[in-house]
Amino acid sequence: MSFIICDTISKTYGQGDACVKAIDEITFTVRSGEFVAVMGESGSGKSTLLSIMGAMNTPTSGRYLVDDIDVYALDGEKQADFRREYLGFIFQSFHLVPYLSVVENVMLPLTTTGHSRRVKEFMAHEALAWVGMADKAKRLPNQISGGEMERTAIARAIVNNPPVLLADEPTGNLDTRTSKTIMTLLARLNQQGTTIMMVTHSTACAGYAQRVLKVRDGLLIDTPNPAEAAACV
Amino acid sequence: MTLRDIAIKNLLRRKAKSTFILAGLTIGIATIVAVICFVDSTAHDINTKLEKYGANILIVPRTDSLALSYGGMSLGGVSFDVQPIRQTELAGIRTIKNAANIAAIGPVVLGTVTIGAAAASLAGVDFEAAGILKPWWKIDGESPGPAGVLAGAEAARILNLNVGQQVTIDGQALQVSGILAPTGSQDDHLVFTHLDTAQNLLHKPNQISIVEVAALCHDCPVDDMVAQIAEQLPSAKVMAIQQVVKGRMETLAHFKKFSYALSLVVVAIGGLVVLVTMMGSVRERTSEIGIFRAVGFRRSHVMRIIFMEAGLISALAGIVGYLTGVGGVLLGLKVFGKATAAIHMDPWLAVGALVMAMAVGLLSSAYPAFLAAGMDPNRALKTL
Ligand SMILES: Nc1ncnc2c1ncn2[C@@H]1O[C@H](COP(=O)(O)OP(=O)(O)OP(=O)(O)O)[C@@H](O)[C@H]1O
Ligand SMILES: [Mg+2]
Repeated sequence: MSFIICDTISKTYGQGDACVKAIDEITFTVRSGEFVAVMGESGSGKSTLLSIMGAMNTPTSGRYLVDDIDVYALDGEKQADFRREYLGFIFQSFHLVPYLSVVENVMLPLTTTGHSRRVKEFMAHEALAWVGMADKAKRLPNQISGGEMERTAIARAIVNNPPVLLADEPTGNLDTRTSKTIMTLLARLNQQGTTIMMVTHSTACAGYAQRVLKVRDGLLIDTPNPAEAAACV
Repeated sequence: MTLRDIAIKNLLRRKAKSTFILAGLTIGIATIVAVICFVDSTAHDINTKLEKYGANILIVPRTDSLALSYGGMSLGGVSFDVQPIRQTELAGIRTIKNAANIAAIGPVVLGTVTIGAAAASLAGVDFEAAGILKPWWKIDGESPGPAGVLAGAEAARILNLNVGQQVTIDGQALQVSGILAPTGSQDDHLVFTHLDTAQNLLHKPNQISIVEVAALCHDCPVDDMVAQIAEQLPSAKVMAIQQVVKGRMETLAHFKKFSYALSLVVVAIGGLVVLVTMMGSVRERTSEIGIFRAVGFRRSHVMRIIFMEAGLISALAGIVGYLTGVGGVLLGLKVFGKATAAIHMDPWLAVGALVMAMAVGLLSSAYPAFLAAGMDPNRALKTL
């Protein structure tokens, strides 16, 4: 059974002459535990697609279902709950809160849960240990490197064990070596059962995925099978 | 990590902004506290002074004839020949419910006498009570003994009296022990002796023409005391002298209204400072709010963070504002040499300051909080 269903989803920005069709009737499904890479030229609509899948950008038309939940039929507060329970985000520009320490940033998704302070701290340290950042928990974001910021962002994304991880160019700002470390982490996470959708410009990174979605001008142009994807490496 | 932790950490990070909001609110609260505190203290002060001001209740015999005045105040009608008040009846005044509020009872007997060749008005008084009832009396010489006379300024001039001089009043020899400095009242025209002495001279034993009473009235309505005394002296007429008090209280009430209005303006400006600063702060934090929303904070969680920040600063502003306001008044009273005016500490004022600060702070943050919560998380994250 498909875990994620995108059903003829379109997204149009603006109105009239300034109207941009970022996503044009895209339909695809993702199985639970799949690792899918999204590739395409700049401006083709990848980030838009990911933000729609992130329950943060209401599509102009179409339906988006995760685990049989019609996400955009939920009200705003329920969408927030959905994000907290189902999704982990990793952004290209890390998006860490500058005045919170590494461990506090990781604890952010747990803030609005009912866990006790000790449980929250335990979970955050577990996640940090998993990405190899346990020794830098007390530092502020401006006191760590880009790769460490990205690892912190991954720890934050996985701290409450969400079933789906959405990553928008997670290695876009990193050198090849660091990218490799990050990709290894994501692959390991996928092996543990997390469904991953990852936007990337790098074929090397896409090679970690089992499937590649290619987007051009808001259209899904082909869905290569895993064998083809493997050939991309 | 809780929402409160985030709020506190953000406040500490934006120290300048937090301080600015704090200052804006504190000034507003301090102003209103200072005004209330000052007005209260002044009212208290005026009340204490009024107590020292002299008589505020007059007891006169009932009469239908002759409108006279005494001390510039209408007495409703005093005739020297009307059914007088019995001196023995006065003891009843000390037994009324609010007897503790009576500072002094000053019985007066009035009549006309001949001094040398001229006619004069003689007043027999209790000089001890007169000290409380007429604190403005300035005596050149001494307060008279049983055989002494105190002459009003005008009476002394017309009758040519000097301190130490012997005078004959209705055939009885007395000594002028003192002369009263001009008071601008009826007292200037009178010659005073001890009550007993005057009653003898006037052949009015046990008779009283008028009684002046000083009541301490800031915690009991003077009207109540008037009623209580009237009950004790059914044959006399008891009246309150309220014009003076009323006049002062009205001035104070006008001042109160004006200063409350003024401090409300200051508080409103404080609220605007909070609003504008919070708006700026929310705009600056757009991407941060985007992150919060992305990791699953509800709109209401974001609002709560903003309100917690505003609430924390407001509570601090309430406390600091109260202390500053009270301190300012204390300092002001000292500087203006009114150190004697004891400051009137009201615990409700402290509570009120806190509540007001919180109300203004939270109300002014409502719109910024609403804006923050309404932010589109997707767009918010793009601002980085
Ligand atoms: N908020 C917006 N308002 C208007 N147009 C937008 C908005 N966001 C994106 N677009 C437009 O939609 C199209 C798709 O943008 P999107 O960010 O999804 O591209 P992308 O594939 O992620 O590109 P890149 O690889 O450069 O990140 C672009 O033409 C972009 O200009
Ligand atoms: Mg993009």
